Order: sequence, then structure tokens, then C-alpha cells
Amino acid sequence: MPAGSGAGNVCRPGPVTPPSPASRPWPASRPRLAPHVRLTFDRTRERHVLLTPETVTVLNGTGAAILGLCDGERTVAGIVAELRGRYDRVDEEEVRLFLTRLADSRCVEVGHG
Amino acid sequence: MDRPFALLAELTYRCPLHCPYCSNPLNLDGYTDELTTGEWLRVLAEGRDLGVLQLHLSGGEPLLRRDLAEIVSAASGLGLYTNLITSALGLSARRAGQLRDAGLDHVQISVQADEAVLSDRLAGTPSFERKLAAARLVKKLGWPLTLNVVLHRHNLDRIEAILGLAESLGADRIELANTQYYGWAWRNRGALLPRRDQLDRAEAVVRAARDRLAGRMEIIYVLPDYYGRYPKPCMGGWGRRALTVAPNGDVLPCPTAHDLPLPRASVREHSVDWIWTSSAVFQRFRGTDWMAEPCRSCDRRETDFGGCRCQAFQLTGDAARTDPVCHLSPDHAIVAGAVRAANEAAETERLPQGPALVPRPQPRPG
Repeated sequence: MPAGSGAGNVCRPGPVTPPSPASRPWPASRPRLAPHVRLTFDRTRERHVLLTPETVTVLNGTGAAILGLCDGERTVAGIVAELRGRYDRVDEEEVRLFLTRLADSRCVEVGHG
Repeated sequence: MDRPFALLAELTYRCPLHCPYCSNPLNLDGYTDELTTGEWLRVLAEGRDLGVLQLHLSGGEPLLRRDLAEIVSAASGLGLYTNLITSALGLSARRAGQLRDAGLDHVQISVQADEAVLSDRLAGTPSFERKLAAARLVKKLGWPLTLNVVLHRHNLDRIEAILGLAESLGADRIELANTQYYGWAWRNRGALLPRRDQLDRAEAVVRAARDRLAGRMEIIYVLPDYYGRYPKPCMGGWGRRALTVAPNGDVLPCPTAHDLPLPRASVREHSVDWIWTSSAVFQRFRGTDWMAEPCRSCDRRETDFGGCRCQAFQLTGDAARTDPVCHLSPDHAIVAGAVRAANEAAETERLPQGPALVPRPQPRPG
């Protein structure tokens, strides 16, 4: 099948698309989940998952914690500070890379200022 | 064993459109004994227990099911992400409001071209203006909007205007998918298969549009596998990530697998869990043990899974062979021949429309 739900004349789970360069989450930006994206807990797999029309991303605990803090209010720096209150070791660069990847795939929107 | 992420619910094969590239099966009349509302709700609950997280509601035209909002509401209650794939005919303000209240997450609307004359001719019915009105309604209600456009010889040259239409409607995503040749599209292949120069131009337009619209609109472009070197990764692996439930309750690893010579598995006789885990149809091409050469020793066997089983069956009569689209397939000449014919015919005939298109009919209850 075409990967993708509505992938063309055959409606199946969607194609993999190369990421388009989108706004990057810099320390002062305030990321939030895009409107078409849902963060939920999957009791079957006992993991948090990020759902879009065509994709399911199974998250680890840290990933879920980061996205849970993406409320459009907190800055990336604020999210890192919050995580440091919960976890022993938090690498700011890793958080930024994670959010960059999700911004590129338009799962996360990045507001500035 | 992997658990499925997505369930494609083909609620009905009835459809107000008659698109000649429809991938629904040719024997539409065999699917008129549709699952009841209660049966669908059971399927969704069993699917969720099995691990399904995304529900794609499709068909045919899912809006022709009067119980659509009830099905969406139940799915939403189960925590499924719900995606409606529709022609938009029948998406009135009242109906849209009901679906919004029921918790529908996302809407994908098909358009056939960038303007009414060609779009209506391809759809076989006046529909273009109603689709635009429905797309505007979707945006007004705050839903994310995806436009689905199936590409072929008759509309590939319009791709720039199609992207312009998507932009003017404020679409969040557009799926530009070259036709895959199953069902009615298979019957119409000779009239649909594009020329190489059309594809080259279209790809350049898509590249430029991706740069221009980055961050505003996601553009998904599904390549035509007949022109590729390698096949598409069939369903991300047979019986690995997704399942399809046909209108009559047949469960399939792929929406085009109706005609494969495999035993049927129906939700009217078995649970979704049993079908996924134990049925012959789901076991047959799972993993890589079933593969023959050249797939068996190929580095890409876990990347493209031997390509499409339905296409292998359609082109060679043996569903276990390498997808002939692959340039390594011993049957690749079949695909190369079809591509050559599409390009040669274009040069000699220069017909504006090429061979006649057979419209997909309505299913008739037996």
C-alpha cells in the first residue's frame, strides 16, 4: 500500500515524506503541539504515543515528558529547567534536537518571543 | 508479533463519484451486505484492544453511512485518532457539525483537478464546487484539512494550479499521489499511466513548492512506482502495522488484497485479534521466510518487503514473486513494457486524452 492513509487512489497508511525546513526551536521559542497532533497514552503498549493523520510515534518517558511541557507558554529553556527538576541528567542539546525533528515533521509548532 | 497501529475502515463501496482510478475491487456488487453499526463498534473495540491507534474512515464514500457520527463517537471514546477520507459530497454544515461534536480529528477531501470542468469530468458527476465549499467548511470549523489528489496522465500537467488551489483553501497538507494500478485503475491503466516528461515536470514543481510553502503546508508526493527502481514497501510489512476491514467484514492486510488467492477472514466469523494473529491471510506473507530470490538474499528485504504482493499477483499470477516494479525482478520487463507503451503511444498518437476511461460504477445489491 501506499504508506499514508489517504495515499492516493489506495487509501492506506501514508508515505514517508522528507522533512521540510521549518522554524527551529531555539531557547527562547515556545513550542506547542500542532493542532492536528494528539499526545496520548496507549494502554496496550504502555507507552505514550504521538498521533497524526498518517503517523504514530511511540515515545519514551523523556520524550513524553518533553511534549507534555510543550504548552506554547514555556520556552525551550523553561522546559529544560523543568525537566532538570525531575531527572538527574538532562542534555539541553538533546531536547532541542528532539523538538527540531518534530518541528520539521510539523508535529510541533514553534512560537517566538 | 507486531501489533497494528492503523485500521482502515472501508464503511461502504457506494460512492457518488465514478473516478476511473478508483482502487476499489471490480466486483463491487459482492460487498453490498455491509456490516451493521453494532458490528463496526465491536470491530473498533477489538481493534483498540489489539493496539490500533488510528482509524481511517473511507470507502467508497463514508458519508453515505447514516451511522458515521455514531461510529466516530465510539472510536473517539476508545481513544482512536479519527481521520475521514471523503469526496466531501454530503458534507453539509449539519453533518459536519455532528462529526465535529462526535470528536472527528481530521478530514481529507479529494479533488480531481484544479478546476471544475476537468475535475467533474474525472469524477463523473458535478462535484468540484461542492468540494470547495466543504473544504472551506472544514477550515471554518477548525479542523486540519488535507487535500487528496490522485495524479495521472490527465491532470499531472495541472499540478502547479492544483497546489495553488490547496494554498488558496488554506489546506494544511496535500497528498499528491500518483495512481497505483489496482481495481478500476488497473482496468484503466493504459489511459492513466503518465509519460516520463510529465513526471519530470511535476517533480520540479513539487520541489519548488516545498521550498516556497515550507512551514505552511505539508506536501506529500507519492512517486509512481512503475517509474521507480525499487518497489514501494508494501504496507510497511504484511500484517505488521495496519489492517483493512472491507464493507462486508472481510479483513485484509492491505486494501487491495481482495483478489489474492488466500482464504477469507471475516469479522462475522472471527475476532479481529484472531484474524491478525492466526488467520492464513495475515500469516501468508508476514516476515521474510516466504521470499524467493532475488528478494531472499537482498539487502533491502526488510526495507521494501519484496514490494507489493497484489501487484506481483496481478502482473505475474504469483503473489509470492518479487514485485515486477523492482529493476531486480526477473519479471521487470512487464513493467518496462507498460512504461514504454505509455511514452511511445504519446509520441505517435498525440491524442489529447489518450484511450477512453472506464468510469467506476455504483455497486448494485444482488
